[in-house]
Amino acid sequence: MMTFLIRRLLSAIPLVLGIATIVFFLLSLAPGDAASFLISPNITPEVLEQIRANMGLDQPVHIRYLRWMSAMLRGDFGVSLTRNQPVLDIIAEILPNTLVLSLCAFLLAFAGGILIGVFQAVRHNRPTDGILSVVGLFFYSMPSFWLALMLILVFSLGARNLWGWPIWFPASGMTSVDYPFMSPGEQLRDRAMHLFLPSLSLALVLAAGIARYVRGSMLEVIRQDYIRTARSKGLSEFKVIFKHALRNGLIPVATLFGLYLPFLFSGAVLIETVFAWPGMGRLVVDAIFQRDYPVVMAGTFVFAIMVVAGNLIADVLYAVVDPRIRYE
Amino acid sequence: MQWSIRVFDMSDLRIVGVSILFPGVRQVFRGRVAEGSLVLGVWLGFGWIVLARWDRVSRAALGPWDHKLALLTLGLGVLSVWMWSLLSERAAEERSQGARGVWALAWSAFRKSRVAVSAAITVTIVYLVALLTPFLAPFDPAAQGSLLTERLLGPSMLHPLGTDQFARDVLSRLLYGARISLTIGFVAVSISITIGTLLGAISGFAGGKVDAVLMRFVDMVISFPRLVLLIAIIAFFEPSIFLIVAVLGLTQWPQPTRLVRGEVLSLREREFIQAGHALGFSRSRLILRHLIPNALAPLIVAATLGIGDTIVLEAGLSFLGLGVQPPTPSWGTMVADGRDNLVGAWWISTFPGLAIVLVVLCFNLAGDGLRDALDPRLRS
Repeated sequence: MMTFLIRRLLSAIPLVLGIATIVFFLLSLAPGDAASFLISPNITPEVLEQIRANMGLDQPVHIRYLRWMSAMLRGDFGVSLTRNQPVLDIIAEILPNTLVLSLCAFLLAFAGGILIGVFQAVRHNRPTDGILSVVGLFFYSMPSFWLALMLILVFSLGARNLWGWPIWFPASGMTSVDYPFMSPGEQLRDRAMHLFLPSLSLALVLAAGIARYVRGSMLEVIRQDYIRTARSKGLSEFKVIFKHALRNGLIPVATLFGLYLPFLFSGAVLIETVFAWPGMGRLVVDAIFQRDYPVVMAGTFVFAIMVVAGNLIADVLYAVVDPRIRYE
Repeated sequence: MQWSIRVFDMSDLRIVGVSILFPGVRQVFRGRVAEGSLVLGVWLGFGWIVLARWDRVSRAALGPWDHKLALLTLGLGVLSVWMWSLLSERAAEERSQGARGVWALAWSAFRKSRVAVSAAITVTIVYLVALLTPFLAPFDPAAQGSLLTERLLGPSMLHPLGTDQFARDVLSRLLYGARISLTIGFVAVSISITIGTLLGAISGFAGGKVDAVLMRFVDMVISFPRLVLLIAIIAFFEPSIFLIVAVLGLTQWPQPTRLVRGEVLSLREREFIQAGHALGFSRSRLILRHLIPNALAPLIVAATLGIGDTIVLEAGLSFLGLGVQPPTPSWGTMVADGRDNLVGAWWISTFPGLAIVLVVLCFNLAGDGLRDALDPRLRS
């Protein structure tokens, strides 16, 4: 197990270097460079040349590439052009927000998806299974940003302004305006309320996919002999399903963890934009409209690294939940 | 001689007449109600277009390219409806029980799934509507009405889906937006499938170092959340429809590459490929004529599901303002347009979103049906 872990970690290193290379060449292919964002009638060509030299943009590609790689390895992502602040500091400040949102959405999605999938497998060939399948596919086909808008329309704006429901959820930001003046308990509640709609709209789309998968794998497990044995022992159906079948049925689901991570982050970019959530996705999108090259490069890189890390965790999880797999 | 006598038979003439005036009616009476009424419905739709939009149809041949295309679609549509209603009976008789190929078997399995068939029909109708949009749309999608009196109107008879904040007709924009979404989905997936098939086949067939290098590269590209990669690329160029199609196509190839590689790896060891080697076939011939056709089934499923994904992704890009630029309507842009007036004018965001869900849902259902039909193990 230990050797597997170490080997898996080592194999991630060339992957990370490769990703850094792709990000670099992606942006050196783009027309214009970071200095062109400063072009204005107030800047003489000489000053622009000076800025280029300061940024190292007058160097040939291979020199810039080596510099970029060595800076990357030292954790130096450069300085943001619009905020005049080291990119690393910005990301360190903002990354936790994205992680909280993604983690919450992931937990919701897996908990909901697994429950629904198991329920469908148990009710196989009955109307409830069919209805849930169609409803699931409906959510699966939905753009998450549109779902987010519809949730805002109903549970935030509609609930508060039109129908006057007792509970409504805030539609933007991470905290209310009066957050600093709340008691700790209220602060926690406020954060949870703000987290609910964004993570729900991310989770629903994922949960639909997970439920499909769990249903398929549970159906295969339920047909096996050891389940029949468990039933004939006189175990309750609940015990058969949740203690015997689910353990094996969930093994392939561990792969989904790694598989869905890119989708989750893609969705997070849109959801963060809709809910004005100060996370990595919004950072990258804002940076793109401001032509803030260092932030875009670093953000793209960090997203890819998070996916690589997530895949690592998924692989380890898989090895843990399935003792039949031997990594030698 | 037999033939000429049959042509001038009175009853035959009547059948031909009915078939041309009302295609599908004969089939309905013969018990093929679903197919017949569908064809009749399409026919009535064509008829309605010609009657209600005669001014546009009559001038279409000299109009802009999309009008010409719509006229061509209309003509071909009418022709194929006629052909179907005249020939379908005979074709049904000729479909004898002989030896049937893989594709014929798959087709008959697909036809049995009612859900998948209706999804496929819906997709076809949506594509037809997209092609015929220049005749169908009640208004110009970019034309603004009076900003004082026609802004943010709710659904009504004149504007079935209401108007947006620039007093433009939402239905017309929805119809024109369909062209963007559907074209981009189709073309981008064609690009990615082509690249993926070639790379996957080469990688699986060559093995060794080529395979290792290509697969590591695939690992790297797959590690990027696709939307992040897309916006990083698009952001540094001027967004245009060609750029978006190209970039969407050029970022999706890793998945089909993996798929085809896996198929080719298992096919490579089969006897028919060994026989090809023994006969001295060239490598390109083995790949193009023998390996790829046999790996086609899962690829078709992946392509169908991929179109749905691509439509959602394009909508996301447009939503962020990085897609097709205004005033050209696209479903994602329209959803974004309605964001500021969610409560007052819910119809602006809701309908384009529903359109996306409908189309993507149909692609997913059709893809599921295709998977079941093409996989002999899943066929009952």
